[in-house]
Amino acid sequence: MRAWIVKRLIEIIPTFFGITLISFAILHLAPGKPTDVLTEMNPKITPEARLRLEKYYGLDKPLHEQYLLWLKRVVKLDFGESFASDHRPVWDKIIERLPVTIILNLISMALMLAIAVPVGVSSAVRAYSLYDKITTVIVFIGFAAPAFWIALLLMMFFGVTIDLLPISGLKSMDHDTMGFWGKTWDYARHIALPVFAGTIGSVAGLSRYMRSNMLEVVRQDFITTARAKGLSERVVIYRHAMRNALLPVITILGLSVPGLIGGSVIMENIFGIPGMGQFFYQALMTRDYPSIMGVLTIGAALTLAGNLLADLGYAASDPRIRAR
Amino acid sequence: MSGMFISRFRENRLAVVGAGIILALAIAAALAPIIAPFDPAMIDGRHILEAPAMSHPLGTDDLGRDLLSRMLFGARISLLVGFVSAGISTVVGSVFGALAGYYGGWADRAIMRFVDTMLAIPTFFLILAVIAFLEPSIWNIMAVIGLTSWMGVARLVRAEFLSLSEREFVLAARSLGASDFRIMTRHMFMNSFSPVIVSAVLGVASAVLVESGLSFLGIGVQPPTPSWGNILTAGKANIEIAWWLSVFPGIAILATVLGYNLLGDGIRDAADPRLWRGGRGPRG
Repeated sequence: MRAWIVKRLIEIIPTFFGITLISFAILHLAPGKPTDVLTEMNPKITPEARLRLEKYYGLDKPLHEQYLLWLKRVVKLDFGESFASDHRPVWDKIIERLPVTIILNLISMALMLAIAVPVGVSSAVRAYSLYDKITTVIVFIGFAAPAFWIALLLMMFFGVTIDLLPISGLKSMDHDTMGFWGKTWDYARHIALPVFAGTIGSVAGLSRYMRSNMLEVVRQDFITTARAKGLSERVVIYRHAMRNALLPVITILGLSVPGLIGGSVIMENIFGIPGMGQFFYQALMTRDYPSIMGVLTIGAALTLAGNLLADLGYAASDPRIRAR
Repeated sequence: MSGMFISRFRENRLAVVGAGIILALAIAAALAPIIAPFDPAMIDGRHILEAPAMSHPLGTDDLGRDLLSRMLFGARISLLVGFVSAGISTVVGSVFGALAGYYGGWADRAIMRFVDTMLAIPTFFLILAVIAFLEPSIWNIMAVIGLTSWMGVARLVRAEFLSLSEREFVLAARSLGASDFRIMTRHMFMNSFSPVIVSAVLGVASAVLVESGLSFLGIGVQPPTPSWGNILTAGKANIEIAWWLSVFPGIAILATVLGYNLLGDGIRDAADPRLWRGGRGPRG
């Protein structure tokens, strides 16, 4: 098991460099230099100052040297200074916003599992019944609805029509005057809509996946054996079948990390949440080059971490993987 | 086989519904200039944000433009982006997958490592970043979506090619002196056609979703060209007063994506011989 983990960890390193290389190359090959924006926005800048900027970011060097230069600093967690008027280090800005995004996505994932697994199992147990057909239709619709549209509908209903939940930000104006439970409640009210909006589409896909896994597992011999032993249907379904059907779901959860991170750009933008997605959007709008590369890199690291955790979880629960 | 395919497909009511939605959408998009009641770009200061009524069946937007007309023209964008993006990703993915599966060895390892790396990139971030640096024209959007979503097709085609490469008809073609290119295109690709078509159809659905998200964020199709995504941006700005701007374009996106998904699933079920007997197979 330990050898397997070490091997898996080592595999991550080339992938990580591959991702940063691809991102770096794509951004640099796209027409338009990052310094163009700086100079466009500031007409007083002289050609010499512009050259200095290019030199600072190494833009006059060939691409591979630029990449190595950048990589050398990234290893020390130095993503450079933001182009924004505050000129703060990109790393500091990311670190401030990262916890918000991670916590929101973890809550979303927990909610996804909590809804999708029971729905998937129950519709597999009653496959082709009316209940199964209805959930199938709902799942197809949920799967096709854009998350940001669901967000708009939720905002409209809960925020405007019945005016129950706040539709923007993470805290109320009087947040600082509240006690601990008051603050917690305030946060919960603010994240309720973004979490739900981000979860619904994924629940659809995941429950469908759970359902087909269950249907496949139920046909296997060990289930027939369990039934033949005289075990109750409850034990057969929930102990024997569900555990096995759950395994691939762990992998899917790990693979869904890039989607969740990408989705947070839209969600945080809609709900005005000060997380990494919103930061990325602002960086894009101002072409804040170092910040864009910084977020891309951190996003890739999170994705790899998600995949690794999924693999470890899978290995921990399936001895066949460990033996390989 | 094709007769069997068609009868299987028609038995699947959901798939027929999907095909119907897509057909209706294509007709609406093709006839948009004829059936749209207004010029989609006509600004009318006297009819700003009017609720749906006889004069404007789906209401008007914040510049007084007719929502129904804008949505009809938006259907063209959605159709175009979906097909071109999915076309690009299918071609790119098929080429990479075919090369990896056919030649194996180091070519296979290199390509699959590249695929795994691309899969680990939060693609939406990358798309946003690239489009923000390029001009956000519709052609750039289609190219970027296509070039960041081919990995699934590559894996699929590779797996098909791996399993086909030892089959008798391939060996026969080879012993008759057929070139690698001919074996790959005429023999192997033709035999892995149906899963590729399924993934292309599902790819159209996800391209439509990505485009609407980009346009919603203001990085996609640029106003005044109407797209369902950028109409929703106006919907969000006026969420407290104009529900129709948020509801109708969203329904259009949902119906479109649903249509492609149902169609894709239907083709898969109809083309899968394992599901041909006994009527109700396990539908994934």
